[in-house]
Amino acid sequence: MASNLRALRRRIRSTKSTKKIFSAQELIAGARIVRAQARVEASKPYAREITRVLSALASSASLDHPLLTERQDARRAAVLVITSDRGFAGSYNVNVLRRTEELLSLLRQEGKEPVLYVVGRKGETYYSFRDRPVAETFTGFSEQPGYADAQRVGEALIATFTAGMDDDETGAGADGVLGVDELHIVYTEFRSLLAQIPVAKRMAPLEVEEVEEFDYEREDRESGVTTGDSGVPTSYEFEPSPDALLDALLPKYVTTRIFAAMLESAASESASRRRAMKSASDNAEELAKNLSRQANQARQAEITQEISEIVGGADALVSAGADD
Amino acid sequence: MATLHVELVAVERMIWSGEASMVIARTTEGELGVLPGHAPLLGQLAEGGIVTVRTAEGEDMVVAAHGGFLSVTDRGVSILAETAEISSEIDVERAREALRRAEETGDEPDALAAARRAQSRLRAAGQDA
Repeated sequence: MASNLRALRRRIRSTKSTKKIFSAQELIAGARIVRAQARVEASKPYAREITRVLSALASSASLDHPLLTERQDARRAAVLVITSDRGFAGSYNVNVLRRTEELLSLLRQEGKEPVLYVVGRKGETYYSFRDRPVAETFTGFSEQPGYADAQRVGEALIATFTAGMDDDETGAGADGVLGVDELHIVYTEFRSLLAQIPVAKRMAPLEVEEVEEFDYEREDRESGVTTGDSGVPTSYEFEPSPDALLDALLPKYVTTRIFAAMLESAASESASRRRAMKSASDNAEELAKNLSRQANQARQAEITQEISEIVGGADALVSAGADD
Repeated sequence: MATLHVELVAVERMIWSGEASMVIARTTEGELGVLPGHAPLLGQLAEGGIVTVRTAEGEDMVVAAHGGFLSVTDRGVSILAETAEISSEIDVERAREALRRAEETGDEPDALAAARRAQSRLRAAGQDA
C-alpha cells in the first residue's frame, strides 16, 4: 500500500512537470503566431507590386519564356514539400505529407515521375524512414524563414526546371543533366487560427496569378484621389527590353511565391503547435487531478488501516488485562 | 506643386512610402530621373545601384537597393527590391567590414554579389567605396 502511494506521487510529479513544458510551448507558439502573421502581412505589398509589374509586362512581352510555356509530354515533375523542423505540432506535418501523397499519385497517373524537394526536418525523416529518394532537403528555418532561404530553394528548383528543357525519352538532353518539366509546391495555408489547410499548387509553367485582388477604386475613394482613367490599359516604356525584363523578373516571382508559402506555413505551424500544446496541457492537468484523487484515497486508506490496527492492538491488550 | 507618390517595397516589408518631388535611379540602361507626370515605365535597377528620392520637403533620401525593379505609373512610383536600406539606417562600419570580407573571399559569384551590395551601401551612405 505504501509503495503504491509512493508510485502515485511520483507520477503526479512527472505529469506536473511535463505540463509545465507543454504550457511553455503553448505560450511560445502563441507569441510566434502573432509575429508570423505580421510577417505574412508585411510581405504582401511586394507580392502585390511584383504581380502588378508582371501583368503589365505580360501584355507587352512575347511570353515564350521557358517558365511560361507548357511543355509537350512532360515526364518529370518536381514537388516541393514544406514541413516543420520540430514536432509537437499536432497533425500539421501529417496533413501536409498526406496532401503530398495525393499529389504524387496524381502525377504518377498522368505518367509523370515525381521528384521530391523537402523543406523541414520532419519531412526529411518521413521520406528517409520510408527509403524514398529525395532530390534535395533544406532544413533549419521552418519557424522563421528568411528571404535568403527562399532564394536558395528557388534557385535549386529553377535550375532543375531549366535543365529539364532539353530532356527527351532517352534521358537527359544535350546538357547531360536530368531536369524536370513542372514545378509543384505543397504547403499549409493559414486561413485563421483554427483552420490551416494543406494546399498543392503548380508553380511552373506558371500562370500569372493575382496574389490579392487590389481594389484601386476603393483606395481612391478612401484617399480622396480621383484618377478617372481606370480600366484603360497603360502602355509602358521598358528599360531594358520587355523580354530581358521578363527574364530577370520571373525567377524572382517564383522565389516570391516560395517565400510567401514558407511564411504561411510558418504561421500555420505555430498555430497547430499552439493548439496541440493547449490540449496536451489540458490533458496533463486532468491526469494530475485524477492521480491526486487516487493518491488521497490511498493515503486515507493507509491511515484508516493504521487506526484500526492500533484500535485492534489496544482491544487485545485490554482483553488480555481483563483475564488477569 | 505636383508630387509623386513613392512606395519603396522590400520583400519582407514596406520600407517607405510618401510624397516626393523627384526620383533618381540607375537602370541597367542608364541613369534616369522621374518627375511628376512621367510616362509609365518599367525598369530593372542596376546591380549595386542607389536610388535617390527627393521628398516633398526637399530632403534627399538615398537608398541602397539590391536586385530591384522600378515601376512608374500614373499612380506613382514603386521601387521593388529584394533588400533595401535607407542611408540613415546603414551601418558604415559593418558595410566596410562586409566589403573587406567579400574582397578577401575572391572571385566566387556569391562573394562578388556581396561586394557589390556592400559597395552600394557605402555609396548610399555617402562614403567612398
